[in-house]
Amino acid sequence: MRCNTRIPSGCAISGLMCESGDRVDGSAIIKSIALMHDRSNGLGGGFAAYGIYPRRANQYAFHMMFDDFAAKENFDEYIKDHFIVEKDEVMPTRPFGDITNPPVLWRYFLDVEEKKLEFVEDREYVVNMVMKINSDVPGAFVSSSGKNMGAFKGVGYPEEIGHFYKLEEYKGYIWTSHGRFPTNTPGWWGGAHPFGLLDWSIVHNGEISSYGINKRYLEMFGYKLELRTDTEVVAYLFDLLIRRHNLPMEMAVKALSAPFWDNIDRMEPQVKELMTAIRMVYGGALLNGPYSIILGHSRGMMGLNDRIKLRPMTCGRKDDMLYMASEESAIREIEPDLDTVWSPKAGEAVVGTLNGEVE
Amino acid sequence: MVMTIDAKGMYYRELNKMIRTAIEEGETEFVLDNINGQRYIGDGIKAKPKITIHGTPGNDLGVFMNGPSIEVFANGQDGIANTMNSGEIIIHGMVGDVIGYGMRGGKLMIKGDVGYRVGIHMKEYKTQVPVIVAGGCAGDFYGEYMAGGVMILLGLGAGEDKPIAGDYLGTGMHGGVIFLRGEVEEHQLGAEVAVMELDEKDVKLVTRYVTEWCGHFGYDVEEIMSEPFIKLKAVSSRPYGNLYAY
Repeated sequence: MRCNTRIPSGCAISGLMCESGDRVDGSAIIKSIALMHDRSNGLGGGFAAYGIYPRRANQYAFHMMFDDFAAKENFDEYIKDHFIVEKDEVMPTRPFGDITNPPVLWRYFLDVEEKKLEFVEDREYVVNMVMKINSDVPGAFVSSSGKNMGAFKGVGYPEEIGHFYKLEEYKGYIWTSHGRFPTNTPGWWGGAHPFGLLDWSIVHNGEISSYGINKRYLEMFGYKLELRTDTEVVAYLFDLLIRRHNLPMEMAVKALSAPFWDNIDRMEPQVKELMTAIRMVYGGALLNGPYSIILGHSRGMMGLNDRIKLRPMTCGRKDDMLYMASEESAIREIEPDLDTVWSPKAGEAVVGTLNGEVE
Repeated sequence: MVMTIDAKGMYYRELNKMIRTAIEEGETEFVLDNINGQRYIGDGIKAKPKITIHGTPGNDLGVFMNGPSIEVFANGQDGIANTMNSGEIIIHGMVGDVIGYGMRGGKLMIKGDVGYRVGIHMKEYKTQVPVIVAGGCAGDFYGEYMAGGVMILLGLGAGEDKPIAGDYLGTGMHGGVIFLRGEVEEHQLGAEVAVMELDEKDVKLVTRYVTEWCGHFGYDVEEIMSEPFIKLKAVSSRPYGNLYAY
């Protein structure tokens, strides 16, 4: 399924989650995103997977990209001063298709020393470290930094990236994926989706027109936006709103995909007051522009469209499985016999929640 | 003679080329099995074959189509009947967004719900009048910038949590007509449209298309027609008619 000329289209996203916590290997998500090949142009593909490191589930798994080995050596010195490195190893890859000139890909399993946490909680410490590495350590980029999860991304078509990283050898209870068609920003390895911070990951189809406002807003809270892609703000906004401000998911979603003032005017008084407050307090977090996104985190998966639905999203369920993708066919490709299939309304979140224990 | 194609795993170009070549050789009927996600089926075909599709066709089904009759036994995706000129598409399911974009002729019959921006930029010229009949409910921007044609929405399955159509109904509409089997709130309407009652001619027109729709999907015409319809039309036609007249 490949064509030689590039046809302008749009990005592709696909996600699947087993709400009971059962784990499946990466071949299904590759098959799903590959069906939407023509929505990408070979300048970015990637995956996020949850539940892949059960034996190191309590350590922070840092998936790293380095410009060269000199950058890695420099980083190795740096990381020793800030974390306990339990294990580090080269990311398993195989040469595949058009994947050329990858950076040095390495993963680190990290613990934080007790004495570093005297004045700061460990997740906050990790976020600060990710920001520091991305902005201050030359030639080093963190592609994911959560526990028992990881991002696998690069420049290429998503199915090539999936094979390159040998995703069929990993098992996860949530898989999200992205095929990129970059429009405003460069196609480079660190700029491929998903974007991750702690266990948050975002894949995104569209563009965040409010990037400038969101970036300035996030910078006030210490986030540093270094990856030259609009989607980065979405990952950090969820971290800010949910982890740091303790908003429930449904309120965070209302801050990002806020109802229009016209609609707020017609709401019941209590809801109206709440929505007005959300819009007033979180004006800087409002995402404008066309988007459909899939958010992954350790306890679930969430799909969301912009408020006037300028990008597509279809969802489906089969037993314990929740699927969401840019096209229904991408779901049918891996589960032809769905119990239900629907297109969520603009600005309305579709939420998958982990009910069981991860095997 | 019927040409059956097993399209499992087939790339859209190969499939569409195969159909095109067979039509040139005189083929008039196709059955496409195991379709999943192949785009542009029926693209620009200027003949009148019958194409039956099993599985979910990809985006832009029937784009620029001029004559064929397509029947889909599954849901459809986005962009169906994009700039379609003539022919017919029947979908035994629901469909996605931007259906009938710039459609300029032919008929589109959909059993279930339709997504956002259905009928956007639809247009008509003399006897070339496109028609979209959908059995379910619609998302926002139904009939956005509509310049011509007929859209009928039956609202089956509508209820308290599911209005027959979303907001921005007929926003920017300046031609054509929309018939809704149900009520909408004032705030849902675009600034350019007004709600009217159906006259005798309208009832005849709606009955004709509803009868056709019922024939495809097995519903009772009388039962469907027993609920009241409203009519939506642009209040000013050709709003920019004098823009370049000096």
